[in-house]
Amino acid sequence: MAEMRMREALRDAMAEEMRRDEAVFVMGEDVGVFQGAFKVTEGLLDEFGERRVRDTPISENTIVGAGVGAAMGGLRPIVELMTVNFSLLALDQIVNHAAAIPYMFNGQAQVPMVIRMPGGGGHQLGPTHSHSFEALYLQVPGLLVACPSTPADAKALLKAAIRDDNPVIFIEHESLYGAKGEVPDGEGEPLHFGEAAVRREGSDVTIIGLLKMAQVAEEAAQKLAEEHGVQAEVIDPRTLRPLDLDTILASVRKTNRAVIVEEGWPHGGVGANLSTLITEQAFDDLDAPVQRVTGADVHMPYSKRLEQAAIPHSEHVVSAALATLEGSL
Amino acid sequence: MADLPDASTCYELLARMALIRRFEEEAGRQYQRAKAGGFLHLAIGEEATIVGTTSVMREEDFLIGTYRTHGHAIARGTEPKRVMAELFGRVDGTSGGRGGSMHIFDAEKRFMGGYGIVGGNLPIAAGLALASQYKGEDAVTVCMFGDGASNTGNFGETMNLAALWTLPVLFLVENNLYGMGTSIERHSAQTDLSKKAEGYGIPGRRIDGMDVIAVREGVAEGLRLAREEERPTLLEAFTYRYRGHSAADPEVYREREEVDEWRQKDPIETFAKRCVEAGVLGEREVKQAREAADEAVEAAVEFADDSPEPALDTMYENLYAVTDPGGWYAVDERSPEPHRGEQEEQMPAAARELAEAGAAYAGREEGPRPNPAIQGDAQEGSAHRVGDHGEPVNAEEGERDEADAAKPDDEAEADEVAEAEDAT
Ligand SMILES: Cc1ncc(C[n+]2csc(CCOP(=O)(O)OP(=O)(O)O)c2C)c(N)n1
Ligand SMILES: [Mg+2]
Repeated sequence: MAEMRMREALRDAMAEEMRRDEAVFVMGEDVGVFQGAFKVTEGLLDEFGERRVRDTPISENTIVGAGVGAAMGGLRPIVELMTVNFSLLALDQIVNHAAAIPYMFNGQAQVPMVIRMPGGGGHQLGPTHSHSFEALYLQVPGLLVACPSTPADAKALLKAAIRDDNPVIFIEHESLYGAKGEVPDGEGEPLHFGEAAVRREGSDVTIIGLLKMAQVAEEAAQKLAEEHGVQAEVIDPRTLRPLDLDTILASVRKTNRAVIVEEGWPHGGVGANLSTLITEQAFDDLDAPVQRVTGADVHMPYSKRLEQAAIPHSEHVVSAALATLEGSL
Repeated sequence: MADLPDASTCYELLARMALIRRFEEEAGRQYQRAKAGGFLHLAIGEEATIVGTTSVMREEDFLIGTYRTHGHAIARGTEPKRVMAELFGRVDGTSGGRGGSMHIFDAEKRFMGGYGIVGGNLPIAAGLALASQYKGEDAVTVCMFGDGASNTGNFGETMNLAALWTLPVLFLVENNLYGMGTSIERHSAQTDLSKKAEGYGIPGRRIDGMDVIAVREGVAEGLRLAREEERPTLLEAFTYRYRGHSAADPEVYREREEVDEWRQKDPIETFAKRCVEAGVLGEREVKQAREAADEAVEAAVEFADDSPEPALDTMYENLYAVTDPGGWYAVDERSPEPHRGEQEEQMPAAARELAEAGAAYAGREEGPRPNPAIQGDAQEGSAHRVGDHGEPVNAEEGERDEADAAKPDDEAEADEVAEAEDAT
C-alpha cells in the first residue's frame, strides 16, 4: 500500500491503462501542455506524446462527439471535460448519441468511452461552477455512472471504466483531488461496477453517501457514536449505475432506517430515486420514513457563508439520522 | 462536361439511383398506409448527390449522414428490404426496429448512421476519421449533412477540429435550399456554403448535385485530398428535394414552379438521356434498370410485411454491452416484479395493453403503489433534510388509480399523434 492523492491515483489508472492498451487515449481542454485544469493528467503528455494526449479546442459537444466517433471506430477514448458544469454543453452528444447509439442501432456499434468530469461545490466558484449532476446522468439509460470517494476506489473504478465497453460518466469531486488514501501497490485490479462499500458497520441506521458526502456520512457516524450512542452503518455506493441495491437493502433490513446524503439538488435527486427504491422494496422493514439530506435547492451562492450553508455537513446528517430514531432512543 | 465512365459503371449508377427513387416513392406510399410510423423524410430528387458520392468511395471508407438517409444506406449496399423492414419497425430492419426511418445503420457496409439530431453527426464524423488516422488506416470518413445543419454550433466546432488535427474527412453539404420550411436566404447569412468553413481552414467547392458525374468528380478529389494529404474539404452539392420536408409538409414556403424547374434537371432522367445519346446505354438497359428497381422494392415491401414485430422481451437488449461478468447491469431496479418488456407476455392482459399503449409505468395488478405525496421542497437557504419542514410526509390515499394514471386516452392520443406528425 502506498499513500497517494486522488488525482495521482486517477493519473496512474490512466497511465497504466494506456500502457496496457494502445487504443486508449486522452483528450480534453488543457489536458496536455497545461497538465490538466486540476492536474489530473500531469505527466501523461511527456510519457505518451501528443498523439495519445490531445489538447482540444473549447468545443465540449464536439470533443465528446469526436470521442463517440473514435469509440465507434475502435478506440477507447478518455474524454476529460474540464468540469461537470461544462458537460451541459455536451449533453446532446452524451444523451442523444453516446448513450443511445448502442441501443438505437441494435448493438451494431458500441461506444467504449469514459467521460471524466469533476464537480461539486465548496470553492466559492458560484452558480456556474459548482454543480453536482450525478442524478442527471443517473437518469439516462445506456450510461454507467461512477462517483468514487477514495483514491483507491478512484483508481480501480477508472481502470474498470476504461476497460468497459459502455459509455461511462466518471464523476470526480474537486474537493477530493487532494485527499490522501492508501492505494494498493502496483497495477491493482479494476473494481467491478455495482459493488458498494460498507465503510462502517452499525445496527441502528444506514447512512448512504456518495463522493464528498461519503466522507461527511462517515464523520456523522463518528459523531452519532460518540455523542448519541447511535451505531450507524455507512455505505458508499461507488457507482450509481449499476447500483448495488442489494447491499443497501440488506443494511436497511438490519437497521430499519435509512438516510441518504448527496450534494446535488433535492428534486429528482439521487436520494429521491434511492428512497423510492428502498420504500418499494423494503417498506415493511422500515421503522421510519427514509430521510434525505441534499444540497440546497438554489444555484450555488458565492458568499462563503451562504455556500457553506447550501452544502450538507455532518450536523445535517446527524440530525436526519436522529429523526429516524425518534421515539426509539 | 466531364466524360461518362464505362458502360457498366453508367448502368450501375443509373440502376442505383432508380432503385433509391423507387424505394422512396414506395416508402411514401407505405407511410400513407400507416405501415411506417414516425416521421418520414424522403430524398427524392437528391439521388445523384447520394449515388455520385458512394460510387467513388472505397469499401473501408465510412459514410455518416442524417435522418434522410434511406438512400444513403442503399447506395452503400444495404439491402432495400432491410431498410424497408426498419421503416416498418420489424426485427429484420437494419436496427431491428429500434431506430426507424431516421436512424438507419449498417456497420457491415460502414454506413455509420442515420441521426435524428440536426448536426449531431458532424463531431462523430471527426471521431471516426480520428480513429482511422490514429490506427494508421487509409479509410476516409464522408460526412453528409443539410444546408440547415451548417448553422449549428457543431459545424464550426467540427470544422475547426478537423482542420486543426488534419483529419481524413470529407464534408459534403447537401444543399437542397431549405431547412424544413426556411429557405437558405432566410437561414444563413452566408449563402455560399462552400465558403462557410474557409475561416476555419477548410477550403470549399461547389458542385452540381443533380449531375451524378459531377458529384463523382468532386467527391473523388475530396477523398484523394483527405486520404493522401490529410486535408479535409467542404463540398457544397446543389440539389433539391421534390417532396416536402417530411410526409405531411404542405409546402407553403415554395412555389410549384420552383419544384417543376428543378424537375427539369432530374438526376435520373438527364443521366439516362445522356447515356443513351452518347450510345453508352441502350433504351433497353434503361428500362431494365427501372424494372429491376420495381422488383427489388416490391420484394422489399413483401419482406418487411412478413418480418415479425420485435418481441416485448427484447426491450432491454443492447442497451448495455455486458462485458464485465463480475459487475451487473440491472437496468430497471424499481422492484423485483416485471416491468415493461421484461415478462409482459406472461402478464395479465390489461397490464400488457397498457405497456403496448406506451404507458410510462405499466403497473402491477396489485402490490405497493408508488407514493405521489412525497415531494420535499427546499426550505430556506440551507442544505436540508427533505421533508423536514413540519409537513407530515404522509402517503395520502392514492386517489388516482395507478392504472388510470398510466393509461393514455386511447383515441385522443392516436389523433394527436396523427396531427403532430410533421413537427420536425
Ligand atoms: C437539433 C435539432 N434541431 C431541430 C430539429 C428539427 N429538424 C429536423 S430536420 C430540420 C431541418 C434541417 O434542414 P437541413 O439541415 O437543410 O436538412 P434537410 O432536411 O434539408 O435534408 C429541422 C429543423 C432537429 N431534428 N434537430
Ligand atoms: Mg436542407
